[in-house]
Amino acid sequence: MKRDWIPWLLIPVLAIAALPLIGSPASWVTLTVAGLAMGLMIFVMASGLTLTFGLMDVLNFGHGAFIAVGAFVAASVMLAMAPWMTADSIWLNLAAIVPAVLAAMVVSGVLGLGFERVIVRPVYGQHLKQILVTTGGLIVAEQLLKVIWGPDQITLSRPTALRGAFLLGDVAIEKYRVLAVVVGLAVFAALALTLNRTRLGLLIRAGVENGEMVEALGYRIRRLFVGVFVVGSALAGLGGAMWGLYQETVTAAIGAQVAVLVFIVIIIGGLGSVGGCFVGALLVGLTANYIGFLAPKVALGSNILLMALVLLWRPQGLYPVAKR
Amino acid sequence: MSGALLSLRGVETRIGRYHILHGVEFDVAEGGLTMLLGRNGAGKTTTLRTIMGLWRAAAGEIRFDGRDITHLATPDIARLGIAYVPESMAIFADLTVQENLILAARSGPPDKQRLDWIFARFEALKRFWNLPAGLLSGGQKQMLAVARAIIEPRRLLLVDEPTKGLAPAIIANMIDAFRELKGGEASLLVVEQNFAFARQLGDSVAVMDDGKVAHRGDMTAFAADSALQQHLLGLGMDTHQ
Repeated sequence: MKRDWIPWLLIPVLAIAALPLIGSPASWVTLTVAGLAMGLMIFVMASGLTLTFGLMDVLNFGHGAFIAVGAFVAASVMLAMAPWMTADSIWLNLAAIVPAVLAAMVVSGVLGLGFERVIVRPVYGQHLKQILVTTGGLIVAEQLLKVIWGPDQITLSRPTALRGAFLLGDVAIEKYRVLAVVVGLAVFAALALTLNRTRLGLLIRAGVENGEMVEALGYRIRRLFVGVFVVGSALAGLGGAMWGLYQETVTAAIGAQVAVLVFIVIIIGGLGSVGGCFVGALLVGLTANYIGFLAPKVALGSNILLMALVLLWRPQGLYPVAKR
Repeated sequence: MSGALLSLRGVETRIGRYHILHGVEFDVAEGGLTMLLGRNGAGKTTTLRTIMGLWRAAAGEIRFDGRDITHLATPDIARLGIAYVPESMAIFADLTVQENLILAARSGPPDKQRLDWIFARFEALKRFWNLPAGLLSGGQKQMLAVARAIIEPRRLLLVDEPTKGLAPAIIANMIDAFRELKGGEASLLVVEQNFAFARQLGDSVAVMDDGKVAHRGDMTAFAADSALQQHLLGLGMDTHQ
C-alpha cells in the first residue's frame, strides 16, 4: 500500500522551519518538547471523539464534559492523597497518580455511557439536534461540577517526582512534559495496534467508512459505537486529568476551553481518522508553542490559522476518511 | 427447487414523505434464482433494502424460511444467512481486499478451499490481496463486493445490479459463480438491467413497475414473450441485450 506520508512530514518540517526563527537551539528544544507534550495530551482527549463521529456521524459538543469530569475526579483523588503526592518517593507519587487517573477514566467512561444513552441516542442522524442537546449537556455538566466541587478553581500541585526539569546542557525539559509525551505515545500505539491488528479494529475502521454495510454483514454497529463512545470518554477523562496537572489548576470551564483545541485537531486530521488526529494534534501543539514564543499576541488565533491553511490544502482534513 | 425460501406479501415502504413500495408480493424459491427486473425508479433497490431491514416496511410481511423477518434489525437478518451486495458495492475502500473478506467471514478466518474457489472466478482479488480496496478498478470492486457476500455459505443472496460496468469476461465468470451457487447452497434474488444476463441465469422473474410487482412467473416464458417484455420493460432493456 502506498501510504500518504506528506502530512506526517509536516511535523518535522514545521519544527525545522521554526529553528532559525527561534534562534536559540536550547529554547527550540524546550518549545518543541512542550509542543509535543501539549499535542499528545490533546490527542488523548480527541481520539475518542473523532472515532465516534466517524462511526455514527455524531457531533458530540459535550465531549468537554468528560474532560472536565476527568480533571475534577483526578484532582479530588490527588488532593485526598496529598501526603503521597508531596512525598519524596516516586513510588508513593505513583501510588497517588495511578488511582487518580484510573478513577478519572472510570468516572468519565461511566458518564459517557449515560450521556450516550440519555442525550446522544435520541438524536442519532439529526446533526442540528445533536449540536443543541450535546452543547446543553456540556452546560449542565459544567453547572453540576460547580454544584459538587464549588465555583472556585482547584489548585493542583504536581507530585514531587514530576516537578522540575531535566537539564541537558543548556536545554531544560520539564519532567511532566516528558511523561505526557510517553503517555500520549502509549495511547497512540495502543489505538494503532487495536485498529490495525485486531478484528475489533477492523470493524471500527469499516464502521467509520460505512456503518450500514457493516450492519448488513451481521455486526451490530450500535453496540460497537457505544463501546467506542465509552472508551473515548474514558480517554477524555485521562486527558482531562493530564491537562489539569499540566495547568496545575482545574476549573469547571476546563472542558469547554480544551474542547476548542480538540475540535480544531479532529477537523485538521480528517473526521474519523485516528492517524490524522495524531498528526493534527502534534501540529496544533507545536504551532501553539512556537507562535506563543515568537508572537504572543497572535498565539490565540494561530491554531485557527493553521486549520484554515490545512483545509485550503486538503478540504476534508489531512487524512480524509472514505465515507459511503 | 422446492418451496419459497423468501416471500413478500403486501410490502409497503415509505422513505420520508415518499411512498415507494405499494404492496410488493413475490417469492424466491429455495435453490432458485429470481430476477427482479423493472425500469429505473420502479422500486427494485428499495425492495432489496427493505428485505435487508435497511429501510423499514411500513406494512406487509416478509418471511424467510417461514419466519417473519419484517421487523428484525439488519444484523439479525444477515445472521439468518442473508447476504447483500448493494448497487454501490459498498466495499470498504480503506481496508485491503484481504481485510474486506476477513470482515465478511463472520465465523472465523476465510476457508482456504472457499477462497480458492473465489480466486478461480475472480483472479484479480488474489493478485490485489493486500491492496486497499479503494484502489481497485470498478469491475474489481464489483468482484470484491460479490466475493464478500459468498465468502461463507449463505442461504440467500440479494444482489443489486452485479454486472454494472463489468467486462464481458467477468460477467461470464459471474454467471458461472451464480449458477454454481444456486445449484448448491444458496438461493438468489438479483436485480438486473442487463436482460441478456437475466435471461441466462434466472429461473423465475418478478417485474416491478411503480412500486408494485406487475408480473411474476417463469423466466423462460417471460424471455419468449417479447410483447410482454416491451410492455413492462420498455426499449431501455433492449439496449442491453
